[in-house]
Amino acid sequence: MEFAFTEEQIMIRETAAAFLQEASTSAAVRAAMDTELGYDPELWSTISSDMFWQAIHLPENCGGMGLGYVELVATLEQMGRYLLCSPFFSTVCLAANALLVHASDEQQIEWLSPLASGEKTATLAYTSRGTDWSAESVSVTWTPVADGYELNGEYRYVIDGHSADCLILAAREVGSTGADGIRLFLVDSDTEGLQRQRLGTIDETRKQAAICCDSLRVPVSAVLGDPATEACSSLSTVIDLATICVAAEQVGCSQQALDSTIAYTRERVQFGRTIASYQAVKHKAADMMLKVEAARSAAYYAACIAEEALSGGVLGQELAEAASVAKAYCSDAAYFCTGTGIQLHGGVGFTWEYDIQMYFKRARASEALFGAAGQHRERLAAMLLDAPAIGGAL
Amino acid sequence: MKLEFSAADEAFREEVAGWMAENLVGEFAPIRFRGGPGDEHMYVEERIAWEQRLAAGGWTCIGWPEECGGRGASIEQQVIFAEEYARAGGPGRMGHIGEGLTGPTLIAFGNEDQQARFLPGIRAGKEFWCQGYSEPSAGSDLANVKTKARFDEERGVWLINGQKVWTSLAQDADWCFVIARTDPDSVAHKGLGFFLIRMDQPGIEVRPIRQITGTSEFNEVFFDDAECGAGDIVGAPGDGWKVAMGLLGFERGVSTLGQQMGFQNELNAVIAAAKDNGAAADPLIRQRIADAHVGLKIMRYNSLRMLSGGGDGSLQPEATIYKLYWASWRRNLGKLAMDVLGPEAEMLEGQGYELGPLQTLFLFSRADTIYGGTNQIQRNIIAERALGMPREPKGN
Repeated sequence: MEFAFTEEQIMIRETAAAFLQEASTSAAVRAAMDTELGYDPELWSTISSDMFWQAIHLPENCGGMGLGYVELVATLEQMGRYLLCSPFFSTVCLAANALLVHASDEQQIEWLSPLASGEKTATLAYTSRGTDWSAESVSVTWTPVADGYELNGEYRYVIDGHSADCLILAAREVGSTGADGIRLFLVDSDTEGLQRQRLGTIDETRKQAAICCDSLRVPVSAVLGDPATEACSSLSTVIDLATICVAAEQVGCSQQALDSTIAYTRERVQFGRTIASYQAVKHKAADMMLKVEAARSAAYYAACIAEEALSGGVLGQELAEAASVAKAYCSDAAYFCTGTGIQLHGGVGFTWEYDIQMYFKRARASEALFGAAGQHRERLAAMLLDAPAIGGAL
Repeated sequence: MKLEFSAADEAFREEVAGWMAENLVGEFAPIRFRGGPGDEHMYVEERIAWEQRLAAGGWTCIGWPEECGGRGASIEQQVIFAEEYARAGGPGRMGHIGEGLTGPTLIAFGNEDQQARFLPGIRAGKEFWCQGYSEPSAGSDLANVKTKARFDEERGVWLINGQKVWTSLAQDADWCFVIARTDPDSVAHKGLGFFLIRMDQPGIEVRPIRQITGTSEFNEVFFDDAECGAGDIVGAPGDGWKVAMGLLGFERGVSTLGQQMGFQNELNAVIAAAKDNGAAADPLIRQRIADAHVGLKIMRYNSLRMLSGGGDGSLQPEATIYKLYWASWRRNLGKLAMDVLGPEAEMLEGQGYELGPLQTLFLFSRADTIYGGTNQIQRNIIAERALGMPREPKGN
């Protein structure tokens, strides 16, 4: 039992931190978030060709590095810390994971390789207007037609949906309900019948889009995996895997809120002393640190479980629980730390100029993604209270 | 990162679980799950007998080095023992102060003679210890102790005068370790000594404190020319603070994971109560139960991180959050237990002031955020030591 980074993992994390500190500065983030694309294509090209982050946990036969989820999560934590604007999350944490979990071996080689090389970006669309983030919430429909399927309906909250090169679309058979009838389709984003629109968002560091399927025709070959196989449980796994990635970003976001707040309070002098010397301020900072560290423990434990789930390990069965524990805690932690950060910054925390406001907005936006804290707690409550027994083990 | 224990460690887990299942039966059946925090005054005789059963099985002091009578168990094995002990309902340990505090202190700071005289009695589950730190004017400000130690040249013994407070198990302990001022003119951390004092003597009086729970686990201990042998001071006069602080380091260790198994038992009781009376259908209660579950899971992950990191045994910055984290968690669980029970939470079993387990949890957990460093002191420690914020100014 060793719940600590290996030296290689520490190196990956430190390298990511050093790179992003230089590349994802406040000015760079502000410039990128002001663009329609939402990220700097040059920086993304450097990341994908020099840093190979998008390839970290992808299999070697698809051009990946074959490392684990812990390495992925360590990198994501740093991306959250530096508010990196990039298509990384949508391409790797959503689309690549969907391919890993549900595509056939041949499809993985064909479709993962351009993602692993950085040649293409991709995302996953499954949610429509509403508050349900579970796999069963899929509402876009498919009907069989000659040589394939026709998709109809509208997706919302699709991360980088306006810019991704490929889309994985989750749809359900017309008339199906619940876990039945769901399939995943991979399409190029310029396919006829697709309308994509970027949605304005309070948090400008991560773009979201609406995607409308209006009699969208897709061939049978676009279906991930065996067309006869239900995809609901795979989709659920993908959502849990992505949820853990958001939690990791939230850890970095919380850490940076703490660090920048401490730095500010050590400089700001009132009544002849730094405000960091006041107990009212110190105790708030201590509460922030407690949440940052606990959030980090939750995210890394969940990363270990995700690794087990992807490699078929026995602890993989804890995936849903670990994802919900991490997301429930990290969401609250990020909101608390960034909100307290604004408070401890005082007046300047309310300005556009200081970065703490961007972290606050990112924390709020991330909280909603893949289910807010309360929804994950309810999912855990159902496991604890509605199932026969969860057992006495921790 | 690797979450699984090794095959050898899993075999060790089975050995512990098997031994507990075989031994915590018969005469010991009534003390299963008893004698923990808030219940330490119960079943003292039986728990002393249990200590000796543990000792006979080689299950006391397993983390001590072999040459000191322990097993030299690895951190993993100590964690596993603590978990399986608690999972089986092992009663609150009468010997935990000797095993977890006195022993490690003597191994680190004591001389050979002290180790030879004191370690075997602890190891055998025959000599029990209590801790004489806090005083009426030395709570959070522990260095403010007023108890005095004066060496009587004629009699060749130290004479101790003063008062200690919040001393758990004092009425059942054979020995007490005490910090007292060897230099009467000294202040704060300087001029203190660390003394090993026999409890059964005319110069010592133990008075129980009746607590919020109506019971008395904590005591006041009065020293009136109490005697302490010349060879029973650990380190030199003036070293007391160093020894005491070293000892506080031993307090935050592997026992945390066993403690959490006890918390899991408490959370399970709350969940069972909620299922039983229908509170499990209340959306707000469901949120709070899930939150407690999240909190306990993460407490375990925090501990695994603490135990895995820092191979040199040093306390990492993140370890400073542990006390604030668990104490706040358990205090919230106590309130949740009451809210789950609803109006029945108020009702006592009989006509006396006898609390049920969840009622005890509710009231006793108010102590958790106070003893061993209040939540406020813990926040100072986190802010100053882990975050490097300015230290509190000292008063005059």
